Amino acid sequence: MDDHVTEQVTEDVTEDVTEEVTGNRTDHHTDHFIELDRVEKVFDVRKKTGFMKRERREVRAVDSISFTVARGEMVGYIGPNGAGKSTTIKMLTGILTPSGGRLRVAGIDPSRERTRLAHRIGVVFGQRTTLWWDLPLIDSYRLMHRMYRIPEARYRENLDRCVELLELGDLLDVPVRQLSLGQRMRGDIAAALLHDPEVLYLDEPTIGLDVISKAKVRGFLRELNAERGTTVLLTTHDLQDIEQLCSRVMVIDHGRLMYDGPLTGLHEVGESERTLVVDLERELPPIEMAPARVVRVEGPRQWLAFPAAESAAALVARVAAEYPLVDLSVREPDIEAVIARMYAGEASGAAGQAVS
Amino acid sequence: MEGLRAYRLIGAMWIRSTMAYRASFAMTTFANFAVTALDFVAILLMFSRIDALGGWPLPEVAFLYGLSSVAFGLADLAIGSMERLGQRVRDGTLDTLLVRPAPVLAQVAADRFALRRLGRITQGSLVLGYALTAVDIHWTPLRLLLMPVAVLSGAAIFCAVFVAGAAFQFVAQDASEVQNAFTYGGATLLQYPPTVFGRELVRGVTFLLPLAFVTWIPAAYVLGRPIPLGLPSWVAFAPPLVAGACCALAGLAWRAGLRSYRSTGS
Repeated sequence: MDDHVTEQVTEDVTEDVTEEVTGNRTDHHTDHFIELDRVEKVFDVRKKTGFMKRERREVRAVDSISFTVARGEMVGYIGPNGAGKSTTIKMLTGILTPSGGRLRVAGIDPSRERTRLAHRIGVVFGQRTTLWWDLPLIDSYRLMHRMYRIPEARYRENLDRCVELLELGDLLDVPVRQLSLGQRMRGDIAAALLHDPEVLYLDEPTIGLDVISKAKVRGFLRELNAERGTTVLLTTHDLQDIEQLCSRVMVIDHGRLMYDGPLTGLHEVGESERTLVVDLERELPPIEMAPARVVRVEGPRQWLAFPAAESAAALVARVAAEYPLVDLSVREPDIEAVIARMYAGEASGAAGQAVS
Repeated sequence: MEGLRAYRLIGAMWIRSTMAYRASFAMTTFANFAVTALDFVAILLMFSRIDALGGWPLPEVAFLYGLSSVAFGLADLAIGSMERLGQRVRDGTLDTLLVRPAPVLAQVAADRFALRRLGRITQGSLVLGYALTAVDIHWTPLRLLLMPVAVLSGAAIFCAVFVAGAAFQFVAQDASEVQNAFTYGGATLLQYPPTVFGRELVRGVTFLLPLAFVTWIPAAYVLGRPIPLGLPSWVAFAPPLVAGACCALAGLAWRAGLRSYRSTGS
């Protein structure tokens, strides 16, 4: 059986690669850690339409996307379901081979040299674990240690730091399948960082987590980026992830890059609104307080929409001063709504296309 | 070799984890032994009614049985987990293997490495041991040499079948039953003498899916019987070559399968 295990080693180099835009090697910028130039991914979807009959349809999951990410940046990648976020991450990690365009991570073509790149990247999939399901957490870490050939001292140091910051101390001897979603996510993040990756990809890192777990994960990522300068690229549905972590956001929809720039700019482009929900002592006529406007009244409860760029604190203070306020909450704009609005306004020029 | 190293690391981890529960390990190993032994009990029951099967008496059938069980058992022990590949493709966990710095084949093969599969090998070895004492074999150096060669080549041929089956699961993710038909089915087929099967089947198993090289052909040589299909006797020493060719083809199939996965995703 040894024969065909060895068979495997050449697999990466002989990979048949799509047409490559051969750029001038000398103008390769080292500060562009991740480079995508008109990258595409086309899937052939076959659908059964009857006995032995199949319909073939081309789906452009990623349609000519170009962007660059500098070392140490923290970028949020957002978009509705099926927009092409995960497909992009899979191409960046070498899991999928692009159908066209040029893609480089740390100067490496991911799909060609997948295993070489693996030493330099960390990946966390929100929906599935990279840990060994039936084994205690620490066993997965020990295996990573040997598989990635991490020097003993580095491994110790990284493990200790992750265990402390992600509060994994009591979980190390627990089989992964017994961990809660939040615990497992923290365990996964630690596993992805033991080999000191230069870039960390996170696909939906906070999906399904409770508020406390989300806060822990975000705090840790912020520190990782600030202190170790790790480049972080995360996909999410949750605008709060972006707000609290990323200086830069990319919006993708139908495989196209719709927006690339700071989050505030996204709100301007999308003209998004936040909602202030107030519970008054009694039923009152709609609150009048520009720029907010009442969008709904239900007994003593009123919904006020106001521009997302506006401070909620000032508005809350004014409402509290003039009305008998019992309770209140602020709702963030719905990302899908923001994107929908942006999509509608796409024809009027991509105002926020700030290419870094 | 990076692949072998990864295989060893993952395999060792699974062994450590099963050894944490020794009683459970002992029980599952015994169960594996007992369940596979039932196959042989079926053959024994058959021989309580007949004296020979397709012209082969019980000890000679036991010889086939032992050879097939040990060869298949070794392959099953080494890379039996590969039949779960379709499952991994379906639920997307294959992606997590692709981001690690080790060949995917090694990672899939070593996944859930289970020493309890030694149960089948032990059982097969015992039957083979019985056969060797019960059959009056005229031992020559060549016949003696052929024994280990046949076992190892047979294991390699079954490994190739496992890998090729797994490669097929990249395309048809629910094909693990099809694969079982070739692996477990093949192993059972080889436990019976070729003379009880139709000539067409024997041809297919010799020239298309060369499982005949695991037991029928080397066993015929060692037992001094005519080689099936009237093939010359030097064919009995072809198993290593056949195994090498099978492994090479399986490797190519695997590569093609993995490539199709990486260009279509799932």
